[in-house]
Amino acid sequence: MCRTGQDPDGERDVDATDAVFTSLLEDSAEELYEQAPCGYLSTLMDGTIAKINTTLLEWLGRDRSEVVGRMRFTDLLTVGGKLYHETHFAPLVRMKGEISGIALDIKAAGGQRMPVLVTSRVKASGDGEPLLIRTTVFDARDRRAYETELLRGRQAAEEARREAEEAHRAAEEARQAAEEAHRQAEGARRQAEADRERLQEALAVLQQNLLPAALPEVPGMEAGSYYHTASPDLLGGDFYDLFPLGADRWAFFLGDVCGKGPKAAAVTSLTRYTLRAAAMHDPDPVTVLTTLNTVLHERYSGGGDPRYCTAVFGVLEPEGDHVSVHLASGGHPAALIQRADGAAEYLHTPGGMLIGILSWAQFTPARTRLSPGDTMLLYTDGLTEARTGPARELYGEEALLAFTGAQPPAGPQALVSALSGLLAGFGDGLDDDTALLALGVPAPLDTPTSET
Amino acid sequence: MDTRRRNNVTVVGRTDGPVLLLAHGFGCDQNMWRLVVPALAEDHRVVLFDYVGSGRSDPAAWDERRYSSLEGYARDVLEVCAELDLRDVTFVGHSVSAMVGVLAAARAPQRFARLVMVAPSPRYIDEDGYRGGFSEDDIDELLESLESNYLGWSAAMAPVIMGNADRPELGEELTTSFCATDPGMARVFARTTFLSDSREDLKSVTVPTLVVECEQDVIAPREVGAYVRDAIPGSRLVTLKATGHCPQLSAPQATAEAVIEFVGAAR
Repeated sequence: MCRTGQDPDGERDVDATDAVFTSLLEDSAEELYEQAPCGYLSTLMDGTIAKINTTLLEWLGRDRSEVVGRMRFTDLLTVGGKLYHETHFAPLVRMKGEISGIALDIKAAGGQRMPVLVTSRVKASGDGEPLLIRTTVFDARDRRAYETELLRGRQAAEEARREAEEAHRAAEEARQAAEEAHRQAEGARRQAEADRERLQEALAVLQQNLLPAALPEVPGMEAGSYYHTASPDLLGGDFYDLFPLGADRWAFFLGDVCGKGPKAAAVTSLTRYTLRAAAMHDPDPVTVLTTLNTVLHERYSGGGDPRYCTAVFGVLEPEGDHVSVHLASGGHPAALIQRADGAAEYLHTPGGMLIGILSWAQFTPARTRLSPGDTMLLYTDGLTEARTGPARELYGEEALLAFTGAQPPAGPQALVSALSGLLAGFGDGLDDDTALLALGVPAPLDTPTSET
Repeated sequence: MDTRRRNNVTVVGRTDGPVLLLAHGFGCDQNMWRLVVPALAEDHRVVLFDYVGSGRSDPAAWDERRYSSLEGYARDVLEVCAELDLRDVTFVGHSVSAMVGVLAAARAPQRFARLVMVAPSPRYIDEDGYRGGFSEDDIDELLESLESNYLGWSAAMAPVIMGNADRPELGEELTTSFCATDPGMARVFARTTFLSDSREDLKSVTVPTLVVECEQDVIAPREVGAYVRDAIPGSRLVTLKATGHCPQLSAPQATAEAVIEFVGAAR
């Protein structure tokens, strides 16, 4: 609506201008109604259309004759519009006398829909009795298109928001799942670690049970030992012992059971106690090893899992300032003697057979004397079969002989200490358990050590 | 769950009067009865409520599955009856609510003495030998307009909701709640209403029944009123000299008189 301002001081000019405008427009109230830029409609209180302008008829694609007196306002609406008209529009018009700006769709004769904004007002008689309803209908196509865009935009935004939330939720779930998996893995790792610790603890106890807790004191002699464990998870098969045979004799042994693990440990245990028992009965080294051979063979042959070992068993008999040694070997590396003058030599026991494989076996005895300053070394093949150098060659008996010959003759414990240093130097070249047992007669305190 | 609060139950009128339970139809709430309540309340105990999903009901009680069938709305009616321990009830249902009343009366016959069906329709869609007033396309278009075009409706209602200084008797409460409908819940109610077919249920009605229709009703045409009367044995049909689908608004006095006369005559 446009309202022209009136200027009281320029009335004559205005009159003249009005006349010009009027002639220019050649307009009339009738034409204003019929050709208005909006639709006009008057209905009786029951909705029957009494008057309608040309603009609206053109939008509807209908003739005046088929509308006036024949159609109701609701006939112009879509079904949704009809329902809305009945439940909201008509009741509100009745209660308030007017309603404005309602969005509806009108239905043209051809079936096309046209979005419109509708305003209705009740015209009442002088005594307030409602007579008819005047309605204006504005073209709302642009506005509806705009609203549709807004709606679509809002839906797209909501969709995007939902998708983002969904993605966020999925990510959060994945994160929680990963955390849970991590927690479980961590728990399993801790459990495995605890299991491993318990196992190692048990293994360590078992292993110690296969070795003497400490070597006994032998009057007039010195002893040293060392045990290198290649893997804390596997029981080793090496064993040694030193124990008295009555008041003036001592027995010793050192050996290596084939294989590792619990079964090898059982063989080691059987071997150790068999050797001790046999030595009490008859300490002759060949007899002791023969007894062990019989026991192992009876126990393990025929079970499909033959077990055997190599061992050196011997007896020490102190005689004055020296000790006589009587030993026998079954398939075991030769004992090594470091003499008081620094010279090193093997005490060979050729032809001794592996213990426990055959029902009968031959063992090779040997004898020697340990004078003051002499040390006898027993060892398992972990030492001589260690891999050394870039070519990973076997360390070997020659190298051991040379190494020992290069050590000052300072007694069993000094030799064991030097050899354990050698073993440590092998690093991962040493992949087997290794047992060392050194027995010697201490040199007199006032005797200077010999140079080599 | 407090049913009174959930269904925004209102009780007015004579406390020892016969009970009238007024149930609104689709698209509105208990305010639909506003113009007839004063006349009815003179001699009756008038109970009004909003279905869950309409008016001032508790939105937290909404359950899309429950309210996707008319049975769900009938449960609202029965729960209101149980909460207030209503007996000898005259159920007055408008539009789709008339069918909700039929279902409720079949479920709890001991509570209901009479049915008043205002502009009822058991089936909106035309079928062979039956005229409901709408084609399937019409209903599809209606539901589609509800789904896609709610912005137009709600935006357009905003000016109406603003003040009504020239008609203070309407009150802020009326204009605000008159059009306040959650679009999502309204869509479910519309779908349930306009796709339902309750024609078989009419046969179950055993209580005295009054059918009230308007001369001109674009939602429930005269054929439908006659169909309902014929389907319910012993029912009466009253045709009010009124237009539209809501005679309680367009002809409140005539509507109230028809109800009062029916209840009085049956007693």
